[in-house]
Amino acid sequence: MSTPLLQVRDLATHFDTAAGVLKAVDGVSFDVHAGEIVGLVGESGSGKSVTGFSILGLVDAPGRIVGGSVKLDGVELVGAGNAALRAVRGRRISMVFQDPSTTLNPVLSIGTQMRLALAAHERLSDVAARSRAVEALTRVGIPDAARRLDAYPHQFSGGMRQRVAIAIAMLNRPQLIVCDEPTTALDVSIQAQILTEMKALARDSGTALIWISHDLATVSSMAARILVMYAGRLIEEGPTAIVLRRPRHPYTLGLLNSLPGNAVPGRDLVQIPGTTPSLLDLPAGCAFAPRCTHADGMCATPPDLVRDGPRAVRCHHPVNAERAEVETAS
Amino acid sequence: MSALIEVSGVSKRFEARPTIGERIAAKLGSAIESRTVFAVDGVDLKITKGEVLGLVGESGCGKSTLGRIIAGILPPTEGQASLDGAPVMGVGRRPVKTTTRVQMVFQDPFGSLDPRMRVGESISEGPIAHGLVTRAAAATYIAAWLTRVGLPAQASERYPHQFSGGQRQRIAIARALAMQPDVLVCDEPVASLDVSIQAQIINLFLALRRDLGLTMLFISHDLGVVRHICDRVAIMYLGRIVETGGAAEIFAAPRHPYTRALLDSVPKLVLADDSLVTFRPIEGELPSPLNPPPGCHFHLRCAHADQRCRSEIPRLAVVADGGHVACHHPLTP
Repeated sequence: MSTPLLQVRDLATHFDTAAGVLKAVDGVSFDVHAGEIVGLVGESGSGKSVTGFSILGLVDAPGRIVGGSVKLDGVELVGAGNAALRAVRGRRISMVFQDPSTTLNPVLSIGTQMRLALAAHERLSDVAARSRAVEALTRVGIPDAARRLDAYPHQFSGGMRQRVAIAIAMLNRPQLIVCDEPTTALDVSIQAQILTEMKALARDSGTALIWISHDLATVSSMAARILVMYAGRLIEEGPTAIVLRRPRHPYTLGLLNSLPGNAVPGRDLVQIPGTTPSLLDLPAGCAFAPRCTHADGMCATPPDLVRDGPRAVRCHHPVNAERAEVETAS
Repeated sequence: MSALIEVSGVSKRFEARPTIGERIAAKLGSAIESRTVFAVDGVDLKITKGEVLGLVGESGCGKSTLGRIIAGILPPTEGQASLDGAPVMGVGRRPVKTTTRVQMVFQDPFGSLDPRMRVGESISEGPIAHGLVTRAAAATYIAAWLTRVGLPAQASERYPHQFSGGQRQRIAIARALAMQPDVLVCDEPVASLDVSIQAQIINLFLALRRDLGLTMLFISHDLGVVRHICDRVAIMYLGRIVETGGAAEIFAAPRHPYTRALLDSVPKLVLADDSLVTFRPIEGELPSPLNPPPGCHFHLRCAHADQRCRSEIPRLAVVADGGHVACHHPLTP
């Protein structure tokens, strides 16, 4: 395959807290190729969002990127100056956040916000900026876009606000959009609309997406490749359909078994015992070992991420294909 | 079997009082627009003893409002909810709840527990006030309920912030159960939890139901969760119930076009080798409950809508398998 668009290597983002150093992201490596949709899944505290923020250098104190590298087309972003990062953000990599009601500026019309996003990266006449904005809004399915430019965020519904946020993210035709739970706050019918449109937009414009979500089903409908995170580390990676059918990490298998849609109604769900460990006080070996039914003495040493073709798993006792019983969802 | 909970003709309207500016404008003769939200609009519903009824709908459809009316913590504008034939709320200017036999579990365990009260106090406050347990026997009583929901008895001495989201939801469930209710109204009790924790709480509900024979109204937007734990399902759209029926029947063959569209909107785990988006989204958005469309509320988004749907409100009618559907053109299975 060609050189990846984005290369993340051994990325580590830590937060200095009163209780100690919190290792939110601890040695994460992955590639994203041009035009590819990569799903990044995990539960709260797994480090999936912090990974997304770290790519754009959007980690604020007390958090800091303590190591590793993020290269966009071979150019290092970790440690790059503010001016260099500003030239990249919104232009070559942009981001869509979970809650559009807090990420859009409530006191500026969306037309103004879009003009500012364009003006940050190129010199455009007002007329040209306006027509670019109308075009972007139309593309994300906002009817009567020219008139809606003068409206303020509160005049849009939640689904429409998220469409505006997506339109702004796509304004400068970026190569990569980091999408952090963009449909979690939306109703299922609106989520279905946005997922369908987003996938078509990415395909038509050749934009790569990193799709961050806790929802395996949403990710499976978007991403060809999936990365699973647990306690700040990548624990499994591979083609989505294969990973979800034959997961190799006991945690991935446990997550799939926990989904009510995968079980016989009324029957107890196969649950993962215990809770996610505190990132301040991780076990010395495999972070999942205390909750894992396969754990033994070996798991006291941290497992490496072992690659095998397109797949990778971080486990001393990967589940083997025959044992993984994932019932086909209806 | 007779109905334990019976909701008849319940409507709830929320009216925003006009601001001073608007009152002056009205005095000067300008028309001000009506700001009445029709949250619940003429709902009839029955829950039989021992049944788990799922109440499903998107945000703003009125499902939480209906849940609160059934729990007796919100007075309806019209109609009433009753338990064993007796209204759950009194009438008058300041109606109060008249029964302790219905209890509620809320979505957000961070907001529903008093952060300054020890867990044990939160659980025993109600039972002591209502004479279900004496102050002297409270400690044993608290310990029994904590154990029942899978928490150690020592949890009683701690504060809510010392627990994770899943544990807090267990505490909220223990607090509701300690009132020894016959009916539990659960408003999105697993929506804010991670998948692995959600499975633990779902299993707890399944066990409680088996062991205590609880009757439950389970409000959720998550169709997977509802299918898993509910016997019967009621689907709400913009304040009205559009379909009810057995969970298995509704999920296999919905009769209302909205139910069909809702089921089609849910992302499925794609286990085939090509991961294509497989759902067919519903066109358009939920109309504003401030100004609901005439006739069938769904007609603006429905592919089957005709002239009749635009003017005449469809009533809930019985269908072959015992379910009910409010549609002029129900789907045939």
